[in-house]
Amino acid sequence: MNKILLVIKREYLTRVRKRSFIIMTFLGPLLMASVIILPIIFSQISDQSKKTILVLDETGVFYGKFEDSDNIQFQYITTDIETAKNNLLKNEDDGLVYIPRTELNLPSSAVLYSKKQFPASIRSYIRNIMKKEVEALKLAASGIDQEVILSIKAKINLVSIKIDKDGAEEKTFTEVSMVLGIFAGILIYMFIFIFGAQVMRGVIEEKTNRIVEIIVSSVKPFQLMMGKILGLALVGLTQFLLWIILTFAIVSVFQVAYADQIPKESLTQVVPGQEQIMMQEEEMHADTEQQNVARAFEIIRTIDFGVMILGFLFYFLFGYLLYAALFAAIGSASDTEVDTQQFMLPVSIPLILSLVMAQFVMRYPDGPLAFWFSIIPLTSPVIMMVRIPFGVPYWELYLSMALLILGFLGTTWLAGKIYRTGILMYGKKINYKELWKWLKYKS
Amino acid sequence: MKEMDLLTANNISKQYANHLALDDVSVAVPKQSIFGLLGPNGAGKTSLIRIINMITAPDKGNLIFKGEKMHYDHVKNIGYLPEERGLYRKMKVGEQALYLAQLKGLGKPEAQKKLKSWFEKFDIDKWWNRKVEELSKGMQQKIQFIVTVVHEPELLIFDEPFSGFDPINVNLLKDEIFRLRNEGATILFSTHNMASVEELCDHIALINKSQKILDGKVKEIKQQYRANIFAVSFNGSAEPLVGFLNDKFSILDEYEEEGLRNAKIKIQPGYDANDLLNVMIKNVKIHSLQEILPTMNDIFIDKIREQDGHE
Repeated sequence: MNKILLVIKREYLTRVRKRSFIIMTFLGPLLMASVIILPIIFSQISDQSKKTILVLDETGVFYGKFEDSDNIQFQYITTDIETAKNNLLKNEDDGLVYIPRTELNLPSSAVLYSKKQFPASIRSYIRNIMKKEVEALKLAASGIDQEVILSIKAKINLVSIKIDKDGAEEKTFTEVSMVLGIFAGILIYMFIFIFGAQVMRGVIEEKTNRIVEIIVSSVKPFQLMMGKILGLALVGLTQFLLWIILTFAIVSVFQVAYADQIPKESLTQVVPGQEQIMMQEEEMHADTEQQNVARAFEIIRTIDFGVMILGFLFYFLFGYLLYAALFAAIGSASDTEVDTQQFMLPVSIPLILSLVMAQFVMRYPDGPLAFWFSIIPLTSPVIMMVRIPFGVPYWELYLSMALLILGFLGTTWLAGKIYRTGILMYGKKINYKELWKWLKYKS
Repeated sequence: MKEMDLLTANNISKQYANHLALDDVSVAVPKQSIFGLLGPNGAGKTSLIRIINMITAPDKGNLIFKGEKMHYDHVKNIGYLPEERGLYRKMKVGEQALYLAQLKGLGKPEAQKKLKSWFEKFDIDKWWNRKVEELSKGMQQKIQFIVTVVHEPELLIFDEPFSGFDPINVNLLKDEIFRLRNEGATILFSTHNMASVEELCDHIALINKSQKILDGKVKEIKQQYRANIFAVSFNGSAEPLVGFLNDKFSILDEYEEEGLRNAKIKIQPGYDANDLLNVMIKNVKIHSLQEILPTMNDIFIDKIREQDGHE
């Protein structure tokens, strides 16, 4: 046991001290933080210049109707269109809205002249104002008061509530669950592939360096394999933890440094994480900021974070352990990384399949497909993580976890048998028939 | 089993898929001996060595180490230098040596102390903090040797130790092998280099095609395989040897060198060197007479041919 610790320590320390680890540790959070921060900065930059737009309304319908916004100022002019266009080129103004005269009908078109292409937001702002005005006029023409219209306009807020057997009610937020689930699933998928491949490369390294036989004369091959797998698991967890802490730190620093310049709502939308991004769509017409925040808290409360975090740590770790042993076995049967390709396919297929399936599972989290894929150990780490935010019956969760542990013991046992023969084979092209024979050797 | 054997392997068999690597092989390695495990490539030497190191388990047979049935704790009493040997290229020398010594059960301070003194002895202490890949091959070999012996094992196993070593390191290794033996260690090494066997070993076992075909003390084996061949040098008479030697003797070789006549003569069974001398004294002036013992190489080749011939 003491020897496994020595192996773990070596694997951990040599990797954590590597330059690539340190670079990745800092680069990862910078990337993640910039995904959060850059859009805010960019939106600030584009918002800064105030635009002046001239309005040449030959119909007279829209006079005084264009309201100035934070970054657009409207000016009404009455020249003819040719001089207006010429002036636009000479003057500082940014654009010109030209609404040509109509004889009988209400105006239904306009032209927006500009020296530079306007962003879509400005175009839709202008269009909305015109649309509203024309609609109001049409209503007036048909004798309906605008007030009446406003009073019959309905806004539906569909709240979904999940009722369980005990009669307890719980609001659900499907989109949030989807994002959380798929995010966790992808993280697990990436962790397994990145660190599984590192296990494999580590095994090949020991083979090509010819140090492995020296080591297995002191340590059982199985201990060496497990030491490597566990050591790398710790490296992965360390990196993951550092990423979370650093990302949080960078965002917080940014938040403090720019607190004055950035409107409050853009930060509250960003900092608590994924939830609000989905909410934005749902809540385009949020009435007030307080309601928004209250809703955010409500959403966060509905997610069972205890199960979520524990589930994530469990599937993160055991999913990796299940595959890492297989990766170790592949490494042991290969002399170079090129040799590994023939064995990589069957190991990659269940992982890739589970990521593909995740999109269906996300839509039907309680269907038979979701159930079976979240029970079978090879796919359960990703699929179960996608399901957990939607709520999974405990018996399914426990069954899946128990099977994953059994699966881990099973693959590790099989992989150990291949590994201990493979690491001492040099320069021999290995095929599946050969692997099958190794499984039957006495230790 | 004799009391003085450090290790005995009894009736070891090992089967790989379509290949019987060891077929009922027994060897006894006496304490404080230098034991040569000989045989052509693919004979099963490395398979046996891996079984002794408990890297693989035999299908049949057992191992007795220091009078006990061998168990995994015994591996810390063994130092093993495999035929396929190397080091982590990206790791620092000292750190790596410490790691390997600790895997053999040494505590860190103890390992540090012992390694430092070995590094000084081999004059490589200034390389402690360098990466292995910066070292020359010869220096890496020294480090491999050090990590094999640093935990002062009772049994040292070297698999083809002289292959890949440069001549200076071969001598260093030989000197260390003798020194370690004199300090109480038992050394088992496998080789197909017969010259080193004559020089180093006091016991051997010869393995061919998965079977042991010969074992024992080197001196005794040589005696056993003596062919009654004598080298005589003489001068005096110009008469050819055939003129006075009768059919009790056959001449294998005859030549002149620095004014002396030399001959290799095989004495037929039932006669001995005195009979040869009696005949020769009457005809020539004897300068010297010496029995030619077979070299291990001759015995090795003979025995293997003999076994291969039987099949």
